[in-house]
Amino acid sequence: MSSSAPESSSAPESPVPAPLHLAVALDGAGWHPAAWREPVARPRELLTAAYWTDLVTEAERGLLDFVTIEDALGLQSSAFTEPDDRTDQVRGRLDAVLIAARVAPLTRHIGVVPTVVATHTEPFHLSKAIATLDYVSTGRAGLRVQVSARPNEAAHFGRRTVPPIRWEDYDTPAVQETVAELFDEAADYVEVVRRLWDSWEDDAEIRSVATGRFIDRDKLHYIDFEGRHFSVKGPSITPRPPQGQPIVSALAHAPLPYRLVARSADIGYVTPHDAGQARAIVEEIRAEQRAAGRADETLHIFGDLVVFLDDDPAEAAARRERLDALAGEPYTSDARIFTGNPAQLADLLQELQAAGLSGFRLRPAVAGHDLPAITRGLVPELQRRGIFRQAYEATILRGLLGLARPANRYAAAAATA
Amino acid sequence: MSKPLKQIHLAAHFPGVNNTTVWSDPEAGSHIEFSSFAHFARTAERAKFDFLFLAEGLRLREQGGKIYDLDVVGRPDTFTVLAALAAVTEHLGLTGTINSTFNEPYEVARQFASLDHLSGGRAAWNVVTSWDAFTGENFRRGGFLPKDERYSRAQEFLTTANELFDSWRGDEIVADAATGTFLRDARAGAFTHQGQHFDIQGQFNVPRSPQGRPVIFQAGDSDEGREFAASSADAIFSRYATREEGRAFYTDVKDRLARYGRDRDQLLILPAASFVLGDTDAEAAELAHEVRRSQVSGATAIKHLEFVWNRDLSAYDPEGPLPDIEPDLGEHTIARGRAQVRMYRDPLATVREWRELAAANKWSIRDLVIETGNRQNFIGSPATVAATIDDFVQADAADGFILVPHITPGGLDAFADRVVPLLQERGVYRTEYTGTTLRDHLGLTEPAEVPAPVTAPATAPVPADR
Repeated sequence: MSSSAPESSSAPESPVPAPLHLAVALDGAGWHPAAWREPVARPRELLTAAYWTDLVTEAERGLLDFVTIEDALGLQSSAFTEPDDRTDQVRGRLDAVLIAARVAPLTRHIGVVPTVVATHTEPFHLSKAIATLDYVSTGRAGLRVQVSARPNEAAHFGRRTVPPIRWEDYDTPAVQETVAELFDEAADYVEVVRRLWDSWEDDAEIRSVATGRFIDRDKLHYIDFEGRHFSVKGPSITPRPPQGQPIVSALAHAPLPYRLVARSADIGYVTPHDAGQARAIVEEIRAEQRAAGRADETLHIFGDLVVFLDDDPAEAAARRERLDALAGEPYTSDARIFTGNPAQLADLLQELQAAGLSGFRLRPAVAGHDLPAITRGLVPELQRRGIFRQAYEATILRGLLGLARPANRYAAAAATA
Repeated sequence: MSKPLKQIHLAAHFPGVNNTTVWSDPEAGSHIEFSSFAHFARTAERAKFDFLFLAEGLRLREQGGKIYDLDVVGRPDTFTVLAALAAVTEHLGLTGTINSTFNEPYEVARQFASLDHLSGGRAAWNVVTSWDAFTGENFRRGGFLPKDERYSRAQEFLTTANELFDSWRGDEIVADAATGTFLRDARAGAFTHQGQHFDIQGQFNVPRSPQGRPVIFQAGDSDEGREFAASSADAIFSRYATREEGRAFYTDVKDRLARYGRDRDQLLILPAASFVLGDTDAEAAELAHEVRRSQVSGATAIKHLEFVWNRDLSAYDPEGPLPDIEPDLGEHTIARGRAQVRMYRDPLATVREWRELAAANKWSIRDLVIETGNRQNFIGSPATVAATIDDFVQADAADGFILVPHITPGGLDAFADRVVPLLQERGVYRTEYTGTTLRDHLGLTEPAEVPAPVTAPATAPVPADR
């Protein structure tokens, strides 16, 4: 990984710890299904701009790298790939790209990374939407790409059918084939999105009064993507965004998604439950990264954790129990669930970081409680340990993540031709 | 007893890819940076305008097989920039053109419902259909749609979107923490639509938004387009900004409303209009002439002629006479992605007419394009422009205008500062917003139910893109 820690002139006893990156995943009232019932929750405001502005502003107060915003093309459900008809949990949500755009002008430093579903949307539309998010946030946009294997969501579009998948059948060849196809399509999708971002060179707009030309069309490029699932001609209608390439990220739990991360993403979110698992996952992704010919590119691997965070660990545990009781069952997650105080969480993050993770995406169990606990409790603790920024050191998201602004692939091709 | 004065509606169009922005002017700023959109929107809101409007185009235009480079090229994504503008304005309506050919109803409905939530009820949708497979090359669906089906798809698209908007009543979320009931009804958002173009079912995942549905705009002119607007739209973007043409169009469309059980004030007629202001009428006229010269360079004039001739005319001198060769009447191939081309459906007649005009006035190619393509509407001192706009509205040539300045982002400033106060003095224009939603500004009531299908849905109910 790139090292942005300044070299110390007086050699310390122990090496300077590497800074870690920190993001939060925002979803409704929080990740615990009963979060909306907490007194701090604002369950009737989940569809308002004020609610989202408050959350993202709080995250920015804590100097976090970015927020992600969850989304889906169907109603939330507690079931694996089906609707559940439950009325005791939050249902209904807004388009994540539009939430991000609505909040972007009201913040200055924090990255905004909405979830987008590759399976049912158009890469052309999405590419210009994220490019525009990068313009309205002046260089702080990203996306989290997701596939949808839900038959009910496919029925909302009516273009294809997705066979019902049961969790226990996940490893069968038929299901694996379906999943592989969805991830191959997502890889094509990201490729198209990235090519479209590059389809305008940075200096394509020339406004040449002498010749009357507004653009230099030699600096606009057809992307001519031909894939198995779709083809896209290009160029984009939107000029290259401020970051050149906004940040692409994806959540991954298994080899197929690891491959998508390794081939296509700038950040992968993974869900190890201990340092050993973290090490193994990182190794697997790095191997895929080498196989994809990207060994020399920075690819961040962030660990996802659900957090119940209180100054007193007993309070956090009690809160989790109270919420589980309200929900009628213990909360389970793909990610490790942390319950404790900021010092304990900092310890855990450092342990996982030592196993190869470069950052973390924390999922607040209760947004109104655990997000401020992260920004006002965990962040000062990490700062005391010298592993988190004291102030925003860059104005664009790539800068915060230590990623260089990439050269335009078409400009580079033209230069070598 | 005199008739009460009609109140004028005003809106602002931030020009996207276009040939009227004088981008060479030192005052012209970015048409991409958000600061330009924010400035423009804040000016419109300062002037108490009803809404800001963004057009759309989903493929860069080409001429002679190459990307067209003489006009402003490049624009942001409509939904994304409108959502961001909701953050820097409080009252201004946010209207976007969204194509019904290269989108799916579930997605567009959730984007508009989201925009309506995030703006507190200020979203509006200008429903258009795409008109060629050229654009389709950028989309999964490609050019699959037979030409004669695009309008029926547009009609069914809007019907389906309305079904989704209406799938939540608005009272389902109770969020009672004590009892643990978030939703009153587990089937909130349930829908089933089976039609020629869409066979979809499930649950819509955005609860009912402040306006229930976005305000619907329509931009067509055909008989079917007028019928569609009379049945289903809240406002029409018309092209008739002159007094007499406007009056004829206005009467025709408003007379159709009764057929659908609607009142004459339930559909607003809002032509797009440009303006040039000067301290005096004479100064404005001079400035307007300069603007036209800037908008139509010699190279632009030649390219414009190619729309009609359908041939490469680059060898001709723009300051010289019209080409003496005849237009190519074969399939139109020279310009792609252009709406203007359809204005010249009979090239032979247009060429004949242009030759007569040029001969009679001793016009060069460039003179001809400047004179025949002139779309400047209100030219004069602020007093003259205010009086003219007021007269047009009181005379039922329009209910108001969508103003398109020739400079962005500052081209609206002088209108806001100098013309709007005069309209307010005349008592024909609001001095403060009286409501919070776009429906409030437009004086529209929330739609009660899904409108009945249009009588002739198989033909063009929705216009092509603009």
